[in-house]
Amino acid sequence: MKKFVSAMLAATMALSLAACGSTADTSSEASESTSTAASTDSTAAESGATGEAASGTPIKLGGIGPITGATAVYGTAVKNGEELAVNEINAAAGYTVFDWKFEDDEGDAEKALNAYNTLKDWDMQVLVGPVTSTPSLSVGAETVNDNMFMLTPSASAEDVANCGDNVFQMCFTDPNQGKVSADYIADNALGTKIGVIYDSSDAYSTGIYDAFTTEAEAKGLEIVTAEAFNSDNKSDLSTQLAKCSDAGADLVFLPIYYTEASQILVAANKSGYEPTFFGCDGMDGILAVEGFDTSLAENLMMLCPFSAYGEDETTKTFVSAYEEAYGSTPNQFAADAYDCVYAIYQCVQAGKINGDMSASEICDALKTEFTTMSFGGTTGENQTWDASGMISKAPKVYVIKNGAYELAA
Amino acid sequence: MTKLKNLKKSTKSNLITFGIVILFYIVVQILSGADLLTSSFSGQLVPICAYVVLAVSLNLTVGILGELSLGHAGFMSVGAFAGTLVWVLLCETAPAWLALILAFVVGGIAAGLFGVVVGVPVLRLSGDYLAIVTLAFGEIVKNFMNACYLGYDSTGIHFSLKDSASMGLADDGVVLINGAMGITGVTKASNFTIGIVLVLITLIVVLNLIHSRAGRAITAIRDNEIAAQSIGIQITRYKLMAFITSAVFAGLAGVLYSLNFSTLVAKKFDYNTSILILVFVVLGGIGNIRGSVIAAAILTVLPELLRSMNDYRMLIYAIVLIVMMIFNQSPQMIAWRKRIAERFAARRAKGKHPTKEVG
Amino acid sequence: MQFLSYLINGISLGSVYALIALGYTMVYGIAKMLNFAHGDVIMIGSYVIFFAFGSFGLNPILSIVLSMVVCTILGVTLERVAYRPLREAPSLAVLITAIGVSYLLQQVAQLLWTSSPKSFQSVVGLAPISLFNGELTISGETIVTIVACVVIMVGLIWFVNHTPAGHAMLAVSEDRGAAQLMGVNVNATISLTFAIGSALAAVAGALLCSSYPTLQPTTGAMPGIKAFVAAVFGGIGSIPGAFLGGILLGIIENLSKAYISTQLSDAIVFLVLIIVLLVKPTGLLGKKVNVKV
Repeated sequence: MKKFVSAMLAATMALSLAACGSTADTSSEASESTSTAASTDSTAAESGATGEAASGTPIKLGGIGPITGATAVYGTAVKNGEELAVNEINAAAGYTVFDWKFEDDEGDAEKALNAYNTLKDWDMQVLVGPVTSTPSLSVGAETVNDNMFMLTPSASAEDVANCGDNVFQMCFTDPNQGKVSADYIADNALGTKIGVIYDSSDAYSTGIYDAFTTEAEAKGLEIVTAEAFNSDNKSDLSTQLAKCSDAGADLVFLPIYYTEASQILVAANKSGYEPTFFGCDGMDGILAVEGFDTSLAENLMMLCPFSAYGEDETTKTFVSAYEEAYGSTPNQFAADAYDCVYAIYQCVQAGKINGDMSASEICDALKTEFTTMSFGGTTGENQTWDASGMISKAPKVYVIKNGAYELAA
Repeated sequence: MTKLKNLKKSTKSNLITFGIVILFYIVVQILSGADLLTSSFSGQLVPICAYVVLAVSLNLTVGILGELSLGHAGFMSVGAFAGTLVWVLLCETAPAWLALILAFVVGGIAAGLFGVVVGVPVLRLSGDYLAIVTLAFGEIVKNFMNACYLGYDSTGIHFSLKDSASMGLADDGVVLINGAMGITGVTKASNFTIGIVLVLITLIVVLNLIHSRAGRAITAIRDNEIAAQSIGIQITRYKLMAFITSAVFAGLAGVLYSLNFSTLVAKKFDYNTSILILVFVVLGGIGNIRGSVIAAAILTVLPELLRSMNDYRMLIYAIVLIVMMIFNQSPQMIAWRKRIAERFAARRAKGKHPTKEVG
Repeated sequence: MQFLSYLINGISLGSVYALIALGYTMVYGIAKMLNFAHGDVIMIGSYVIFFAFGSFGLNPILSIVLSMVVCTILGVTLERVAYRPLREAPSLAVLITAIGVSYLLQQVAQLLWTSSPKSFQSVVGLAPISLFNGELTISGETIVTIVACVVIMVGLIWFVNHTPAGHAMLAVSEDRGAAQLMGVNVNATISLTFAIGSALAAVAGALLCSSYPTLQPTTGAMPGIKAFVAAVFGGIGSIPGAFLGGILLGIIENLSKAYISTQLSDAIVFLVLIIVLLVKPTGLLGKKVNVKV
């Protein structure tokens, strides 16, 4: 036993030492999509076909998100969205604009920091991630120290943007979503008695819930009951629903992800309870749940920047390319991630950053660029950021009709 | 004479353990001075120290006291929240070193007190029932901290178990613990040196405890409770002693761990984390303190080394876990390893002293 | 009326816990190991049904039978490959291996079927029953789960007490060494136990996902732990105990959600468990073991 363990230790030490010695040159072996495109660098630089000032040196783009564990489904969507955008950009430009690598964080702060450090060893220049709030907070504090530009597609806690002036969000903040939802419900008189079911173990859900209750009170909406569940007891949500029903709620606000929401809709159908359901951006994706009877989601409303059924050209291109590549309809996680990469590409095209700059120089350039530019993508036109890194874009409320999203009047 | 020899043996073994830790520290310091360490590896140093402390302290309960605990992360959580609260409140006003020491002291004491609360009723049970009750305590802590909202304003401290609105904070109020969001915006304070110091303190205390009179009483209880009782050993007292020591160090490790990140959430300290620590203990050898140290370090680094496997990373980790368990613990494998070892030994003996070989 | 409806929700959840707990308790009673991978076998079984029934349109009964076959093979293989080499090793070693197996199954499921949630179509065709002028509805799934749970429990008790294989199980559970000396094939008996436990897991999976339809690689983990708690609650190793423990756990969980706090319902469940164990240290129906020197 002892011998075995010491042998293991020796091996580990050797491995870590070997890793130390070779950071500079061999690290890109491990990345996923980089090696394929890397060889085209030189030719593209020589031909200079695009006529841009941009040099052929690729910008190293790192992504972090959960691709294993309980929240893997959201991380995978982000990963796919980023991958798709990077591949499209590289193919369209004719040379490798972005070198891209994605690391798993299992939705955990410690693992996220490990992933971030691994990407730093790979000489990452821009970070697109992490996906969920707690890992983003832990990584965000580090990026401030390193002056590394961080653009998170979906970590919507307000504290994330407040980490530092180098941290930007592609999604609405939680309080903003809660407030806008309450305003919308009040202004359109969607319900008089409101029930809420939220995930008390989830930062996203509690963040929206808190802001929603405050604003609802200000707007004179009556919240008759607020029921929580957590990640350990979410298999049975019928009691929470029954309590909303018993309290006479005619609108149930669901600031939760679509995985649990689909379960609530099934349970409501079983018990014959038919209030208006209203969700936030986490709800997007519910129609793509395999095996889910989409008729149950009829008339479901949600506040969401993205609709896979959108008619504009950007969205159509994105949705069809995504469906072809990954065999499923993209949700707002994928769309936000896709937009993140394109937003950074916009800065590349404007000649503000290139692969020869250091991560810190890129960060400074992007900070000024992001606070002054306006970006149009799959999640909306004319998106702008304020100095704190929070986004401003037009909120849209969709309602599900005949298995597709329609803009609510 | 034999007693002296035994004593020497254990002292020697302890010195080797300390030696390994100190050597590791020196090597890492030299490498980091020469800028040869990857950020990935240096980022893991503090978690490694925290896990080593956790594994050693859990080994005290599992290996030395012989009771299975599945709630070690609960003590870690109590320590982490108590310590981090102290740090957040004091780091602006008090000198950093004082705030840090206070954070550790408070974290350790909080976890220790919680150890008393859990230990007094629980240690009456045994075996799998004790395991399930510790698991239950761990889950209660997680559930409670997840629903816990704490803040203060000019009128005093506000607390709620429902949501942040029902705390009734004034506009100038500061939220300390925000339910599922936990404590955010913590200034990082842990570093590798603090970690190693904590590891060494843990080792000194635990190893001394094991080799003291109390330690022998504890192992006597583990080996046969009734026999131990019959020779006048106070069962409850020694059981509690081991259990609380274990809890205190878990709390200290929790403080070390949480101060390494800018955010602290209760979710982290769930049943999976308890199991993870237990894996370190079992893989390092139940009752083998040095084994715990090494296993904790290796198994913390392993998933990171497997990053290049991408999607297969955790799959491989699981397989490695199963294979290592069978390889280390299965009686057939142990016999097989012995046979191989003997054959090698015999061959070596043959090569060295070809004439002297005796059947 | 509200109370009744919460109670029925609780019994419905509890009978699912009970079904899973029966599998736990069988394996624990006979093999003396905590099979933490049981919840994940349930998850695998549910995926099999999801594809057989949902995607290929197989008859629900046939899908469940298919899933039982798959789970049985899986359970017996796991026992043979991962647990049997450790039969004489410390019980903790087996526990850790079981956890390794649990991770393994989750990872395999994720690689095979991705982490995207699947919405499970109920295998129960029964219409909900409406009582008291529609004030109280009991879903078909609830009725089927409770009935299935009772039938399986009675069947298991009969099997253990009235068949030669069952007697062998009792003997192995009482004293493995002595049973072997008396000519009982211990390995075969333990394999049979795993086979039965895993087949039960398939049924449990079908009913769990029919009532609570989200299916993901992590679906089995938490119900698995809750069911383990239920088994201990009722007295681990006791078949009626697992049933009682499961039902009570479900009721306590749902009533505390309904009347105390939805945030703290888990803490309350575990607190009740601790109190019960402190009063009755071997669970509600557990056997008291006298330790001799």
